[in-house]
Amino acid sequence: MSIHVRDVSKAFGSFRALDRVSLDVPDGALLALLGPSGSGKTTLLRVIAGLEHPDAGTITEDGADVTERHARSRGVGFVFQHYALFRHMTVFENVAFGLRIRHVPRPEVTRRVEELLRLVRLEGLGGRRPAQLSGGQRQRVALARALAIRPRILLLDEPFGALDAKVRVELRQWLRRLHDEIGMTSVFVTHDQEEAFELADEVVVMNHGRIEQRGTPAEVFDRPATPFVMDFLGTVNLFHGRVENGRAFWHGIPIPVDGSDGTDARPRPARVYLRPHELDISRTASPSGAESSLAAEVVRVAPAGSVTRVACRPCGADADVQVDLPAERARDLGLRPGEMVRVTPRTARVFPVDHDYVI
Amino acid sequence: MNRPVHAAARTPTPIAVTLVVAAWAIVGLFVVVPLASVFREAFSGGVGAWWAALAHDPDTRHAIWLSLTVAPLAVVFNTLFGVAAAWLVARFRFPGRSLLITLFDLPFSVSPVVAGLALVLIFGRQGLLGPTLAALGWKVIFSWPGLVLATTFVTLPLVVRELLPVMESIGPEEEMAAVSLGANGWQVFTRVTLPTIRWALLHGVVLANARAVGEFGAVYVVSGHIAGATDTMPLRVEKLFQEYRQPASMAVASVLAGLALVTLVAKFVIERRLGAESRERQAIRAPDDPVVEAARP
Repeated sequence: MSIHVRDVSKAFGSFRALDRVSLDVPDGALLALLGPSGSGKTTLLRVIAGLEHPDAGTITEDGADVTERHARSRGVGFVFQHYALFRHMTVFENVAFGLRIRHVPRPEVTRRVEELLRLVRLEGLGGRRPAQLSGGQRQRVALARALAIRPRILLLDEPFGALDAKVRVELRQWLRRLHDEIGMTSVFVTHDQEEAFELADEVVVMNHGRIEQRGTPAEVFDRPATPFVMDFLGTVNLFHGRVENGRAFWHGIPIPVDGSDGTDARPRPARVYLRPHELDISRTASPSGAESSLAAEVVRVAPAGSVTRVACRPCGADADVQVDLPAERARDLGLRPGEMVRVTPRTARVFPVDHDYVI
Repeated sequence: MNRPVHAAARTPTPIAVTLVVAAWAIVGLFVVVPLASVFREAFSGGVGAWWAALAHDPDTRHAIWLSLTVAPLAVVFNTLFGVAAAWLVARFRFPGRSLLITLFDLPFSVSPVVAGLALVLIFGRQGLLGPTLAALGWKVIFSWPGLVLATTFVTLPLVVRELLPVMESIGPEEEMAAVSLGANGWQVFTRVTLPTIRWALLHGVVLANARAVGEFGAVYVVSGHIAGATDTMPLRVEKLFQEYRQPASMAVASVLAGLALVTLVAKFVIERRLGAESRERQAIRAPDDPVVEAARP
């Protein structure tokens, strides 16, 4: 089922949670709403579910306007952040709740619930209470309960937020497989970009009640539309510099600019963003000449799994530059704090200075 | 966390011993001994005399019956009000909400006698609503409706005060989940809200009932003290005592004291359940508990 959100606004007192948001979710998509807390992503999810009524705008499902339809009759499956399991009921009764409300005959309820418990790999735990389950198990009960009413839309609010790292990764992959099997339109909210990128077909980045960018994980990561998206998706080196003719200048050395924003021949000030993995470190100046690399002093070397994070201080600069080297390359170089190296930026992204924002 | 308690238990210092003895002495002297002496006095003539004092005096019989009618009625009103008010205040934000919560407590801070007088000023014959009530032929003051009103007033905070923190700590998510699964308002209330607050509600009801049965001051003012008509048990105790009929007075008092002991036991049992539920609530919110995880089959 496709969802169309049109110009939806929602305020809580003086706080604007959603500011004229429009969003289309195609049938069968798995979409992530990504953003910091207070960005409006959970409010948007609740508006789609009918749990919050928008101050303005419309929600349509498959062309039908459902804005005024009560959450009770939307038929949307919702998984709450802390799962919101009915604590006084067994796992079986939790999953059966929606069916009992719909007066599904008893044998049918038993059959469906057992089928769902099998699907979420909780067979045999139907007699337990939520308090007797682990976090991951509770999450799956919440999912089974939401799926029981055969929703055509599944909404998940921070579905993995309360789980420890290992369980989170397992469940994430499992949920992706489950979505591919059932193929129902799903939207989930997260503040974790890794989660959004791994799970979703498309990512919607939100900030201050507005959508900053929408695209596939690769599009959003490689071509951030705004400084906010750039900043929110991982570490960046930011400095104020100058762009002209498609090149940014950093301590006097030119860096090719990615995208169309810096192609203007006229020099102008800009914010220049360098991702740590888009810088390289070498002992000697590259063959193309010393003018494309910068002398810097190694400040800190910290191995972090597949990459090694190196902090360098360019000569004469007052701030460190973060460089992520592949672990192997870092091993070959054998860098030590205090030694002098050459830092070569491969590419940069620029945003005009007036394109300002606040987090 | 428990170390101070353990330390005191293992190596009792003179100060610890003194404090424990003092606490027991005070509780014994001011609580246990007076209460025990009520029972001793009540049964001084034997069980037969005790029974006769309660059952053979028609005014006493009426007082017992009246108390057992008025208190449950007040408790029913309080339960309805308490559940609705706690739900309103816990689930909605509106102007004047904090003031409303403060006003819930007003009956506790007002002297019951003042509460009774206030009711007389409103419902009495010279009161604000007096002429209207007289025209309708309804008698509130010096009649049982007045007793119910007075008792409801003084016990008003008990149920709502019990429910509010529990409902606030549970949060609205379970109710929202029920709505998203298709439940209507009544189904949400009976299948989700009520079962999750049932022990807190019962706790409030038990406390409200104990207070309602024992209420003296407010009831004294509105009852008019008519033997065989508007005397409740506490009023009857006082009247018998004033009439120098101490054994009869003590017999009725022993019934009140007995109810208090039953309340105490009920309270103890309910509080253990509430404690278990609050621990459960914390566990359910916490991230993966390694102990639970290990116990997984």
